[in-house]
Amino acid sequence: MANLRDLYQELIVDHSKQPRNFRVVTDADRHAEGHNPLCGDRVTIYIKMEGERISDVAFRGSGCAISTASASLLTESLKGRTATEAENIFDNFHNLVTGAGETGPLGKLAAFSGVCDYPTRVKCATLAWHTFHAALRGAQADHVSTEKA
Amino acid sequence: MNATQAVRVAEARADFPILHQQVHGKPLVYLDNAATTQKPKPVIDAIVSYYTADNSNIHRGVHTLSERATVRYEAARERVRRFLHAASEQEIIFTRGATESINLVAAAYGRENVGAGDEVLITALEHHSNIVPWQMLCNEKGAKLRVAPINDAGEVVIGEFERLLGRRTKVVAISHVSNALGTVNPVGPMIRAAHRVGAVALVDGAQAVAHIPVDAPALDADFYAFSGHKVYGPTGIGVLYGKKRLLEAMPPYQGGGDMIRTVTFEKTTYNDLPYKFEAGTPNISGVIGLAAAIEYLENIGIENAAAHEHDLLCYATEQLRRIPGVRILGTAAEKAGVLSFLLEGVHPHDAGTILDSEGVAVRAGHHCAQPVMDRYGVSATTRASFALYNTREEVDALARAVRKAQEVFG
Repeated sequence: MANLRDLYQELIVDHSKQPRNFRVVTDADRHAEGHNPLCGDRVTIYIKMEGERISDVAFRGSGCAISTASASLLTESLKGRTATEAENIFDNFHNLVTGAGETGPLGKLAAFSGVCDYPTRVKCATLAWHTFHAALRGAQADHVSTEKA
Repeated sequence: MNATQAVRVAEARADFPILHQQVHGKPLVYLDNAATTQKPKPVIDAIVSYYTADNSNIHRGVHTLSERATVRYEAARERVRRFLHAASEQEIIFTRGATESINLVAAAYGRENVGAGDEVLITALEHHSNIVPWQMLCNEKGAKLRVAPINDAGEVVIGEFERLLGRRTKVVAISHVSNALGTVNPVGPMIRAAHRVGAVALVDGAQAVAHIPVDAPALDADFYAFSGHKVYGPTGIGVLYGKKRLLEAMPPYQGGGDMIRTVTFEKTTYNDLPYKFEAGTPNISGVIGLAAAIEYLENIGIENAAAHEHDLLCYATEQLRRIPGVRILGTAAEKAGVLSFLLEGVHPHDAGTILDSEGVAVRAGHHCAQPVMDRYGVSATTRASFALYNTREEVDALARAVRKAQEVFG
């Protein structure tokens, strides 16, 4: 196993304890709820758009350190981006945590590089992202589960 | 437990080959026994010897191997009969596990005896496997599922349980030991209360049989279910004990080979007990492995194992209580084998990963008992659960790993 600190990097511990943009966006254009029924993690992602650009993104929910930090860093990384840019970052992030291939520049999200060594924790890291994806695509409320029906 | 017996329990660890390995460079500390126990050498050997020497289908061929396989299969049933103190081997039905045993009763007994407006009473401690089959039955029949509440210690509130019993109660389904909290339910008095209103009582003993000697007729349980893999046996094999007169009156659960006497396209007559409920070729090696597991446990003595596990549970409770930020869930006066806890500032899944990195295997999650989690307003706990092969040194390793988890998030 890789060093535990590769998984729980300082940035992840910090964001898990003090999540950023942890709030309801009352005038959100779009939102979606994500749920991991195997562990009970829940997240709701709120998005406000200005044209093609994400003017605000925030989340509420409860979960482990990896899922909370992932949602928190998602909001920091995607605010101000266009929908297309956000999709590209999601692809890069997904490749990073699954160890699937090229990742491109990730900024702070590189803190999740240790996740791919912990296969049981990949879903923790990606829950918020899949939920964001569903919110972005869906017109209104959508529901995401890590376990497909 | 006398001195000789204490030695025997201490030596038992050597009988479990899987325990002698390292995980992430640390000695494996296996404390996930409520999920499944490890298997001693005699169980592994019994399965190997069956497939090496005797493998054949049972109750069929006249050839030698078939006869040997049948003898071993039926000898195993007799072993289980004695284990539960059942009057007859006809009362011992092999299933895939406790879950299938409960589903069998819900389907074959429930469909015949529970109707619209009737009630099924369970407790707030139940595992999903003792909730969902009854929910399905109640939905199908227009019956009502009632739930006896638990107090803050995780004990069923017996006064409420008795208040919920009534003339509409047809089935009472209760766990012997809670998998999430370790609470031992007073099943004897609960069964008597069920019988006073004319209900039948099913006991889910999945979490009990490795820790408590069970005498099903003495408890007067109508049905008693357990799984082989939680009592040092293989996965995929379980037992349903049922009173003969109830089983005889019940229709079959599944149709197929072995459960019939005669078949024509117009009509089928069913086989006698227990075969009526064992359609298809059963898990023969599983049954033989289960018998070896029971024999192993009885040689050690369930009381001796229980005394050792109780010592570990008390010691672990004491050790974890000393760590600031630890909150123990489930503080019933009677507990067996399970220590569920929360760590302030550390989510159970993170605790699980960090403990694993220290070689300590525990369960982190809702333990297939989401209503129990809801009762305490949490989504998950970390659970350490003990078996006869665990040691005080392993409890120390658990406590060290818990402190390490706190450091990571310190």
